[in-house]
Amino acid sequence: MTLALIDYGAGNLRSVENALKAAGAAEVAVTADPEVVRAADRIVLPGVGAFGACMGALSALDGMIEALNERVVDRGTPFLGICVGMQLMANAGEEMGIFPGLGWVEGTVRQLPDVPDLKVPHMGWNDVVPACTHPLIVPGEAYFLHSYAFDVTNPSELIAATDHGGPVTAAVGRDNMLGVQFHPEKSQAYGLALLGRFLEWKP
Amino acid sequence: MTVRVRVIPCLDVAGGRVVKGVNFVDLADAGDPVEQARVYDAAQADELCFLDITASHEERGTILDVVARTASVCFMPLTVGGGVRKVEDARALLLAGADKVAVNSAAVARPALVGEMAERFGAQCVVGAIDARQVSPGRWEIYTHGGRKPTGIDAVAHARDLASRGAGELLVTSMDRDGTRDGYDLALTRAISDAVSVPVIASGGVGNLDHLVDGVTEGHASAVLAASIFHFGHHSVADAHKALKNAGLPVRS
Repeated sequence: MTLALIDYGAGNLRSVENALKAAGAAEVAVTADPEVVRAADRIVLPGVGAFGACMGALSALDGMIEALNERVVDRGTPFLGICVGMQLMANAGEEMGIFPGLGWVEGTVRQLPDVPDLKVPHMGWNDVVPACTHPLIVPGEAYFLHSYAFDVTNPSELIAATDHGGPVTAAVGRDNMLGVQFHPEKSQAYGLALLGRFLEWKP
Repeated sequence: MTVRVRVIPCLDVAGGRVVKGVNFVDLADAGDPVEQARVYDAAQADELCFLDITASHEERGTILDVVARTASVCFMPLTVGGGVRKVEDARALLLAGADKVAVNSAAVARPALVGEMAERFGAQCVVGAIDARQVSPGRWEIYTHGGRKPTGIDAVAHARDLASRGAGELLVTSMDRDGTRDGYDLALTRAISDAVSVPVIASGGVGNLDHLVDGVTEGHASAVLAASIFHFGHHSVADAHKALKNAGLPVRS
């Protein structure tokens, strides 16, 4: 079984690779090659940085977005997006301009609300409160680090929420795809257990 | 609940070795930062901070190796600081496995560096480190070179500048208190925390658990950093969480 961890120059690839291995992944292919993605049984899209820059970097990999659409949307391969990798599942992001996303989950990524005395970025451990029953998401505490959040259009695609000056999306998804705003690779036992469930997931 | 107060043990690393003593039992090599990181990970520290206090150019490779080995055994956020002078230094640390990079003297000499790092890697991984001393009541000045060199720059103004340029977090150390065990400079911490919208980490001077609580309740910090109270085994991370919780503050369960 091959897991493709997509390398598009965005951030903490090594942390995600380490955590996937610690969670039991036998083989992690860190790759920028669409053909490796086409052959993968599971796909993880990490991401650190600004929405537009990340989408630009992903688009710059010739054929990668086509391979992702084919594999994840058409063929139902289990997919996990992390942080900006989750945000890219949206229709659009409003960070430093308005940029189109992958459009897999209806919604827009917007700046966290400007609330007096509220610290932004939302940085640190916070609750993951499931909004529905999902095989990968259980209640717990995970590490968040973000200034923008996924505003989900369709309530059935909201998988979990947290709170930072009001409700904030913690996980989105449908069918074979899940995106988490928090960092499972930095969330100690909670995060490793989630990655372990993803490795076993048969949506 | 709400976002938790973070308890951050800080390791001073020189030449790839931890230079302050650690009283953990069962540590094969207490000088190995990776061993200590593993212990703090198991102890549920909320984050970890490495400060490379040698940070000479010749030794960059050493800290990169330490960061890479730590990242492979440690599943909590890791901030690394010391000797970051340019964007490429930060990039090398991030590629090695650091989650955030702290920049100090170089951002005093050239504040634009913070903006360049934020643009390239995102504000969330840029920590503006500020070393300050009180110069008169309610006024603090930035010092560089481990607190030895005054700059004439107002600490609160510098903090605002770093945040506006894209630092996602500020690590505020009182050079007056560092090493004293008398507690944080709460007025300094509060003055900066109230002046910026990004989270502030209180640092410098922790001698007991009450000081951690004070850093949040009176200093308005989002996170509390300490070194010796943990390293010498006086208190555990769990003790710190308990003290914060007993004061009514949100901590991890």
